[in-house]
Amino acid sequence: MLLGPALGLSAVLFAIGVGGVLLRRNAIVIFMCVELMLNAVNLSFIALAQQIGPEGQVIVFFVMAVAAAEAAVGLAVILAVYRHQESVNLQDLNLLRG
Amino acid sequence: MIEWVWLAVLFPFVGFLANGWLAFRHPRATAAVSATGVGVLVAAFAVAVAVALSYAGAHGHEPVVVPLWAWLPVGSLDVWLAFQVDQLSLVMLVMVTGVSLLIHIFSVGYMRADPGYARYFAYLNLFVFFMLVLVLGASFPILFIGWEGVGLCSYLLIGFWYRDKVNADAGKKAFLMNRIGDAGYLLAMFWIFQETGSLAFGEVFETAPRELAIGGPTITGITLLLFLACTGKSAQIPLYTWLPDAMAGPTPVSALIHAATMVTAGVYLVARTNVLFAMAPVSSAVVAGVGALTALWAASIALKQWDIKKVLAYSTVSQLGYMFLGVGVGAIASGMFHLLTHAFFKALLFLGSGSVIHAMHHAYHHSHRHEDAQDMRNMGGLRRWMPWTAGVMWVATFAIAGVPGFSGFFSKDEILAMTFAKGHEHALFYVLWAVGVVVALMTAFYMTRMMLYTFHGPNRTGDQEQGHLHEAPWVMTGPLVVLAVLAAVGGVLNLPHVLPGAAWLHHWLEPATAAGDFFKPEVHLGAGTEWLLLGLATAIAAVGILGAWRLLHPETLRPAAEAGAETGLARILYRKWYVDEIYDAVVVRPLVWVSEKFLWKGVDAGVIDGAGVNGSARVARGIGAIGSWLQTGQVGTYVFFFVVGVLLILRAVTRA
Repeated sequence: MLLGPALGLSAVLFAIGVGGVLLRRNAIVIFMCVELMLNAVNLSFIALAQQIGPEGQVIVFFVMAVAAAEAAVGLAVILAVYRHQESVNLQDLNLLRG
Repeated sequence: MIEWVWLAVLFPFVGFLANGWLAFRHPRATAAVSATGVGVLVAAFAVAVAVALSYAGAHGHEPVVVPLWAWLPVGSLDVWLAFQVDQLSLVMLVMVTGVSLLIHIFSVGYMRADPGYARYFAYLNLFVFFMLVLVLGASFPILFIGWEGVGLCSYLLIGFWYRDKVNADAGKKAFLMNRIGDAGYLLAMFWIFQETGSLAFGEVFETAPRELAIGGPTITGITLLLFLACTGKSAQIPLYTWLPDAMAGPTPVSALIHAATMVTAGVYLVARTNVLFAMAPVSSAVVAGVGALTALWAASIALKQWDIKKVLAYSTVSQLGYMFLGVGVGAIASGMFHLLTHAFFKALLFLGSGSVIHAMHHAYHHSHRHEDAQDMRNMGGLRRWMPWTAGVMWVATFAIAGVPGFSGFFSKDEILAMTFAKGHEHALFYVLWAVGVVVALMTAFYMTRMMLYTFHGPNRTGDQEQGHLHEAPWVMTGPLVVLAVLAAVGGVLNLPHVLPGAAWLHHWLEPATAAGDFFKPEVHLGAGTEWLLLGLATAIAAVGILGAWRLLHPETLRPAAEAGAETGLARILYRKWYVDEIYDAVVVRPLVWVSEKFLWKGVDAGVIDGAGVNGSARVARGIGAIGSWLQTGQVGTYVFFFVVGVLLILRAVTRA
């Protein structure tokens, strides 16, 4: 029952997220791509919950709660970095270079 | 009383602690220092005499071992801190404490003005402590503690005036030369333990004759290694050169350590291990040969020295050679007898020279001239100002030269007689005997020369200084007189067989040397031969003394500052056969060169620093560079590797 297309969409979304994280430089965009990956995973949980049981749906709620917290903390970090560096370009943030 | 013998050892140690404490806290408390320093020696001497009397009264001949505690109980090796009281150690114990006591008293006068007074007495007490450990030790390791300890004190006291580099260098030289010998002692000790399974004297001397082949390579090797230690400590060829330099220390130290006690430790060691040496005839012959050669060698150098202490130093080396000749031919009692009489007359000679130097030093101090206070060319005619010193030193000179009736006559004659008797076994010993006779002649000559130049003829000190020459205080002359009496009559300890009351020391030592005697063929001299040798010794002494008196003319001598350079053989003798220079060229310089060019610049700077220390740092830095190259600081790179990693894991999981 639409399991294949749902998992396929999830995989496509996840791949887009990974590609975004790898290729983009803007911290906000990368952050959004991370959210995209989380939601791709959520989608596959929902799809599989149809067959296996309600546990998948429960985990989705957990993921959403964690994602919300992560969004709050992550955006705050980005804001703080911007105040400090006048930039959210990750190429400018290389203090950990060895 | 015998089990209280450790008190004799303890007292000087207490004195060392007390004086050491005073040296740090109250260095000018001379009264307290003198009282402690001399007091502990009085106590130690009293204990020594009491122990000796109670041992002699006990009618036993067996050695008494006084164990204190187990020091090294390791597996089959069980070393006790134990003291051995027997005839041999008692002779040494009484001699060491007695002579030390006299020299401590002398030092009170001699060192009174020295700023390091307390330190001096602390070292001197410590020396007596270690010397008694050496003498009384009941096993090889305990003897070795004393052996090393006296070496340490010798080093500390040679370099006592360490602000002069010469003195500090002399101390170092003594220490290093002794180290070579000590390596021999250690190796001998290991070897003995391997062969006999024990290090206690009693057990070793009982086991060795059973376990080891007489004259075999093992026992010969062990005894030769022991003798190597003796050549270091007792200044024999080839390790003798440190002793003349050791005269840099205060003169009472030269008397105590470098004439009477420490340097005779080698003779004592051979006497103590006489069982082992008796089993190794080759080693015994080596001991006798080296002894005779050293006696001749050092006596020849003493003929042309100008420093009064250098004459005595080479004389000491020469007399030590006599002692080794004695113990080398198996006449342990004769060697010990000469050790005793030598302790008396040589300590007296050194203390007398100290009294002379003391006076000379004061005289030059008054006129602010910096002349050599030890050079005999600056002396002359001193008997007018120092009659006591001159008198007692003549007694000692007669003793060492072998004038009949004086102690050295009997002890030296006995060694020569025993060597002569041994000539029946092997002609080599006739040669050694002849060498000994020549050395006796030289001894009489150079000692008379020293006395002539110092005490007779016109005075060469200088007009200003003459008025300040004076006899030493009683605290210094007192010990001299006591020693003079001993040097004069010490011979009664062991009169020749042909005289009544004969050979007391010989009979006393018999139990301690009997085990060794067992392996030796009986040597016996007829009464006629013995009288002949006595007559010869008398003639030799007379020729030496009168010859020097006739040949030398103190009135023609010039003070050191005006004297011309020596020429020919005299120069070679004055420069001590250039042995120091030869050692410097053959041993010291190559060693320094190898140390600097190869060991320092090559091994240390190149291998250890270069490859070891810096090399490991370079490897760590190289690996770190690779690691830090991965740390780009770019989040993108980390994510990339993260994704690659995830993909690889996924692939691995899906394959399985």
